[in-house]
Amino acid sequence: MLETGYKFFMIKAGLNSNNIKDLPKKIICSFLGFSQIIGHSIFSFLQSIGKLSLFIGKATKNCFTPPFYPRLLVRQFIDIGYYSLPVVGMTALFTGMVLALQSYTGFTRFNAEGAVAGVVVLSITRELAPVLAGLMVAGRVGASIAAEIGTMRVTEQIDALVTLSVNPFKYLIAPRVIAGTLMLPLLVFVGDIIGVFGGYIVSIYDLGFASGNYIEQTWDILERMDVISGLIKAAVFGFLVSMMGCYHGFNSGRGAQGVGTATTYAVVSASILILIFNFILTQVFFS
Amino acid sequence: MSKTSTPPKIKLDNVKKAFGDKVVLNGVTLDIPTGESMVIIGGSGTGKSVTLKSIIGLITPDSGTIEVDGQNVAKMTNDEHDSMMRKFGMLFQGGALFDSMKVWENVAFGLIQGKKMNRDEAHNIAIEKIRQVGLNPQVGDLFPAELSGGMQKRVSLARAIATSPEIIFFDEPTTGLDPIMADVINDLIVECVKDLGATALSITHDMASAKKIADHVAMIYDGKIIWTGPVDSLYNSGNEYVEQFIHGRAEGPITKHAGFTA
Repeated sequence: MLETGYKFFMIKAGLNSNNIKDLPKKIICSFLGFSQIIGHSIFSFLQSIGKLSLFIGKATKNCFTPPFYPRLLVRQFIDIGYYSLPVVGMTALFTGMVLALQSYTGFTRFNAEGAVAGVVVLSITRELAPVLAGLMVAGRVGASIAAEIGTMRVTEQIDALVTLSVNPFKYLIAPRVIAGTLMLPLLVFVGDIIGVFGGYIVSIYDLGFASGNYIEQTWDILERMDVISGLIKAAVFGFLVSMMGCYHGFNSGRGAQGVGTATTYAVVSASILILIFNFILTQVFFS
Repeated sequence: MSKTSTPPKIKLDNVKKAFGDKVVLNGVTLDIPTGESMVIIGGSGTGKSVTLKSIIGLITPDSGTIEVDGQNVAKMTNDEHDSMMRKFGMLFQGGALFDSMKVWENVAFGLIQGKKMNRDEAHNIAIEKIRQVGLNPQVGDLFPAELSGGMQKRVSLARAIATSPEIIFFDEPTTGLDPIMADVINDLIVECVKDLGATALSITHDMASAKKIADHVAMIYDGKIIWTGPVDSLYNSGNEYVEQFIHGRAEGPITKHAGFTA
């Protein structure tokens, strides 16, 4: 019984009792294979960081050098900015409303209901509006940029641009990156107002605050830096989202699957980078 | 022939390119004389497209030199490369039309963006080119997605010739078309190249197309040019690889070396 079990195990492990002498060798080999995999993945990670840095450098440089394409830029302003308004507006409105409800329930436990207005306005302007707007725009805009540029790559439209003497970095990427970087702060500014308004509605009509008091408290606690820091964050997030969309689309693999993967990577990497940079920027601003 | 004394329009010398471990070009050497139509034939994955893309600079070769009009492509400054690109027109395999633009804007793209022509003037030339490839000028106001495959190829051809290029590349011009439409496209290519007096380089595995549009034929196999000669001598090349390819036989040296089992 024990004998057969042992044999079974050895067969499963790719060995048979005849070459049992080779066992240490096999273990060493598989260990080498394992470290090879680790080494390989570290190298390919470093390689993709290098590739990404080169891409960002080239794209940024091309944002500032002529020729510029004002028509395309305006179209991207509309696509990225104007059409994201409903998504960002809804996100901000409901976040503001929930924030008022939650902080009220929390603060009544130690009789600090008066802090609701302050908590709402500070959380919205400093944190929630930029981060949530950034994440929503990563889903909406980052995905569509990656899918569009990826499809252009797959169908050789990007190569066609080159053969028609047009630099794809200037024609495709620069307008999107510029529009992303400039539009997201505007969206977040609108989101700030709507978010605070959402908190106001809940506080006045649901929680029974006095309208004048609430507005006064909001104004008293708000400092210019709260809003500005949020807008700077938004600009960085906008840059990240559009850049990730362009990078993954531009380097898209072949076929429909390649474009799908590029879109996924664009959204995931943009979202992660937004969260990481949010921490870094918060450290810089408020420490 | 006196042609040998004039320098070739495009000259490839021992061009090599590998992607990772996979060697695609293994020393391609080829001269394309000015005003000639050269067709590169070869099976899928033998490096035809990579050769074409290396000449335009979409792919940078690992070693070897590529010269266009006597200028080394790899050593060009950005400005020099831009002005070289203005000599080129290219018909892509899938058409590669910009789907966000109308047909006439596609055709006029090189004129408006590359040559900075004003839109009205470019529109007129575009309509003229659309007519030249046998399409109704009203097609100009449609979007590429509304056209059939054959019509897209024609529009793509119109776009390639719109800037009156000195050199035109055709990447599998007849792939995916029915035999009649393929022949129409072949005729159009011959006509357009003659009209412009351009140097043409095509890659194809369609022998009917090769016979029709080529002055010279080169066969690429395993990343190397293994045979080149005038189109008339294609059927008595004496090269068994060429023989197998042009007759489309399943058995022969190509499949033997690739390790196929028939």
